[in-house]
Amino acid sequence: MKEVVRLSADIHEAAGLSDNPKEIVPSSKQRRRFIDSLLLTSFSATFASIFYPIIKFLIPPQVVEASQASVVAGKLSELKANTGKIFKFGTKPGIIVKKASGEVCAFSATCTHLNCTVQYREDSQEIWCACHNGRYDLNGKNIAGPPPRPLEQFEVKVRGDEIFVSKG
Amino acid sequence: MKLTLQSDTLTWLDDRVGIETLKQLAQKKEVPLHRHTIWYYFGGMTLFLFAVQMITGVLLLFYYKPGAETAFESVQYIMADVRFGWLIRSIHSWSANLMIFTMFVHMFSVFLLKAYRAPRELTWVSGSLLFFIILGFGFSGYLLPWNKLAYFATKVGTEIAGVVPIIGQLVLRFLRGGDEVTGATLTRFYGLHVSVLPAITLLLLVAHILFVQRQGMSVPKKFESKKLPTMKFVPNFLLRDVLGWLLVFAALISLATIFPWELGEKADPFAPAPAGIKPEWFFLFMFQTLKLLPAKIGFMDGEVLGALAFGIGGMFWMLVPFLDRKAVNGKNHRLFTILGVIILLYIITMTVWGYLA
Ligand code: FES
Repeated sequence: MKEVVRLSADIHEAAGLSDNPKEIVPSSKQRRRFIDSLLLTSFSATFASIFYPIIKFLIPPQVVEASQASVVAGKLSELKANTGKIFKFGTKPGIIVKKASGEVCAFSATCTHLNCTVQYREDSQEIWCACHNGRYDLNGKNIAGPPPRPLEQFEVKVRGDEIFVSKG
Repeated sequence: MKLTLQSDTLTWLDDRVGIETLKQLAQKKEVPLHRHTIWYYFGGMTLFLFAVQMITGVLLLFYYKPGAETAFESVQYIMADVRFGWLIRSIHSWSANLMIFTMFVHMFSVFLLKAYRAPRELTWVSGSLLFFIILGFGFSGYLLPWNKLAYFATKVGTEIAGVVPIIGQLVLRFLRGGDEVTGATLTRFYGLHVSVLPAITLLLLVAHILFVQRQGMSVPKKFESKKLPTMKFVPNFLLRDVLGWLLVFAALISLATIFPWELGEKADPFAPAPAGIKPEWFFLFMFQTLKLLPAKIGFMDGEVLGALAFGIGGMFWMLVPFLDRKAVNGKNHRLFTILGVIILLYIITMTVWGYLA
C-alpha cells in the first residue's frame, strides 16, 4: 500500500499538483485517496477478469442427460432364476434381478451410500454393495450396512422375450 | 576457518554464484545430538523418496497415455513391453507408499516432540499442507492406471467430498469433471497429479526447508537448557542421511522387484464393485471409520458427519501450533501429547482393523 501511496504522490508531483504543499495538503490527501481507490478498483477488476474465466473453465459443462424412456435390459430366456445382471440405463448402470420365483425386478445399480455399483448375491438372495457391505432386499429397501436410502426402483415390462426397463 | 577454493573453475563460479557464502552457511549448520536425534532422519528420507517419485514419474510420462480408452492399455504396455517398464512403475508405486509412511513418521515425531513450538509454527503449517498435498498425490495417482479398484476408490472418494453440505456438489463436479467418474475425471486427475500438485509441492517444499534452515533443528524442551553435543551437518550428519537413503533405496528396489506392483483389471463402469474392495492403506482409517458409522446419526447422514469430522480434524491438525496455547510460550502441553498419542493409536487401530476386516 505504501508503494501505491508513494506512487500516487509521484503522480501528483509530476502533474504539478503540489507546488504549494501547505495549501494543498487536505485536498492532496483526498486526491491520493481517490487515486488509490482507482488503482485498487482497476487491480481488482483486472484480477477478476483474469480469474473469472479460469474458474468458469474449471467447472465442467452440464451434460444433458439423455432422458431415455426405456431400454432393453436383456432377454428373459437368457436370465436364469436367482441371478442378477447389470445393464446400461443411459450413462448409468442398472441392475435386473430374476428372483428365485421367476419374477423380474429392476433398480438403479448405484449404491445410495457412496456411489459404488451393487451386485446380486445368489447365496443370500439380496442386492449387495461390496464397498462398505451395504445390503438391500429385493424391493430395493436398504436393510443393513451404511446405505441411507433404498435403491431407485425401475418399472419392468416383458414383451415377448425382451425385458423393457423404464423409470417409474 | 576459511576454505580456500582450489581450482580456477571454482573461483570463476564463486565470483558469480557466491559458493563461499554457501559453504560458510553449510559449515555453520550443526545437528544437536540427544536421545531423539533419530527422528531427524525422517524428513530427509521423505524428501529423498519424493525425488525418486519425480524421476520415475517423469519417466512414466514418456509412455503413459491418459484417457479412458488408453490409460490402462498404456500402463499394460509399460509393464509388458517397455524395457524395465515394470521396474520403473513398480518403484513409482512402492516409493509412493514408502514416502507416505516416512511422512507419517516425520509428522508424528514432530508433533510428539512439540517441534511446532514458537518460532516454528509456519514450518508446521507448511508441513501439514505438504501432508495434505502428498495425500492428494496418492489419491490422484491411484486412478491413473484406470483399473477396477481405482475406479471405485475414486467414485467413493469423490462422493465423500460430494456429501459435504453446500459446497460438496460443486467440489464433486470439479473433481470428476462431470457428474460421474469418467475419462474426464481421469484427465483431470492426470493434470493435477503431474502439474498442479508438483508445482505447489515444490513451492511449499522450498518454504518448508528454508524455515528449517533459518530456525535450525528443534530440540525437545527437556534438553533445551542442557548443553548438548552437536555434530556438523556437512559432512558428518549428511553422510548418515545418505546412508539412510541408501538403506531405503535398497528396501525400495527389493520390494519393487520381489513384489512388482499389480495392474489388475481394466475399469468397467458397468460392472459391480468387486468384493473385498479397499482403498490404499493410508486412507484405510477413514474408510474404516465410514464403514462403522451408522446410516443416520441424529438427523444427519452418517457419512456426512464422518466427512465433516475429518475435514475439521485436518484443520485442527494444521492449526495446532496456534491452538496449543502453552506452545506459544515455548512450553510443553500435556493435553496435546495425549491427544497426539490418541490420534496415532486411532489411526493405527483403524488401519489394522480395516486391513483385517
Ligand atoms: S458405497 Fe455401497 S455401501 Fe458404501
